[in-house]
Amino acid sequence: MYTQGLDQQGPANERREGVESPADIAAFQARIDAEEKIEAKDWMPAAYRRTLIRQISQHAHSEIIGMQPEGNWLTRAPTLKRKAILLAKVQDEAGHGLYLYSAGETLGTSRDEMVNDLLTGKAKYSSIFNYPTLSWADIGAIGWLVDGAAIMNQIPLCRCSYGPYARAMVRVCKEESFHQRQGFDIMLKLSRGTEKQKEMAQDALNRWWWPSIMMFGPSDTDSKHSALSMAWKIKRFSNDELRQKFIDVTVPQAEFLGLRVPDSELEFDTATGHYKFGAIDWQELREVIAGNGPCNRQRMARRRKAHDDGSWVRAAARAYGDKQAAKKAAA
Amino acid sequence: MNSREWPLYEVFIRSKAGLSHRHAGSIHAADDQMALDHARDTYTRRSEGVSIWVVRSSAIVASDPAEAAAFFEPAADKIYRHPTFYEIPEGVENL
Repeated sequence: MYTQGLDQQGPANERREGVESPADIAAFQARIDAEEKIEAKDWMPAAYRRTLIRQISQHAHSEIIGMQPEGNWLTRAPTLKRKAILLAKVQDEAGHGLYLYSAGETLGTSRDEMVNDLLTGKAKYSSIFNYPTLSWADIGAIGWLVDGAAIMNQIPLCRCSYGPYARAMVRVCKEESFHQRQGFDIMLKLSRGTEKQKEMAQDALNRWWWPSIMMFGPSDTDSKHSALSMAWKIKRFSNDELRQKFIDVTVPQAEFLGLRVPDSELEFDTATGHYKFGAIDWQELREVIAGNGPCNRQRMARRRKAHDDGSWVRAAARAYGDKQAAKKAAA
Repeated sequence: MNSREWPLYEVFIRSKAGLSHRHAGSIHAADDQMALDHARDTYTRRSEGVSIWVVRSSAIVASDPAEAAAFFEPAADKIYRHPTFYEIPEGVENL
């Protein structure tokens, strides 16, 4: 989800691969087809490994960058209770990032390497976190829509063919349910509140609806990583299938809140049982992915600064660890 | 003659691909390879596993049970971390 599969990786970035025998590849695919899980030490095609490293690290980076839009409201949450809840949620995002980085490390890449790819801009993170959180209602909209969309994507990932990723997702999904509910709870309070509060909720939905829909990535016809990922059972549903599912479950929730989804073409199709929806502005998604969203530069600058500001802490902890080890060795 | 006791290893077994390794018990062995062999012979005689991890018991850092209450205390009063803390009104589905 946080794994839109849009990283541009040219041949220069591809690692050199050894020769893979057709028999090995066929045996691997047979295991996948038989719904066997692949574990870290199992043989796997280099392309499978590379795809997973790209996806898992992108997913991890999204969790880490995702702390920023919500972190923006930590000091301004309307009550102490809301503040404690939001703090818990932002902590969870950090935790999800860590589960994912460690799943990524099982594939032979290092934490430093992944972090460095984020900081240099080589690795992407989800487009959604490049939008600003302008009002408290945005915190509600993020929990309800953004986490709702993430859950839609992450539940099938619990069954993905790579064991460590699947297990990380089980953990994440358990925790994500709280995120979506606290978001809906905020939206519910606002939409049952004063006229002004209801306007805030509607405004947040207006701004977050389309970016949330775009979180599912390009349409199936344009999604270049999809076919292989499906064959490898990293992905279980296509971008468009998941997007449709999300719209189908979310529109009735908006109706319950008494809010209007900002899509004049939205219409329930009784023949298919699905909602028909308007055209997605793919140009906007491309722009945000290319680094030209409303907050891309701010997000990256903040992350780099946090990383740099933390360097003396990492060095000091390391020095202390070395000193303890030296003491132990001398004793 | 070297009569020191063989070091202790903790044994973790993955019962099938897709599941985590779980602690099964421990064994003594003179080296890492022997530890794997002994773990196999001790804990997987009935095909209980598809993968084994062994690690020197001395390499494990464990929390102190006597300090458990204080150690885990920070999570105790944060009931809002659970989805059940939030009431979902009747009529709302798929949340």
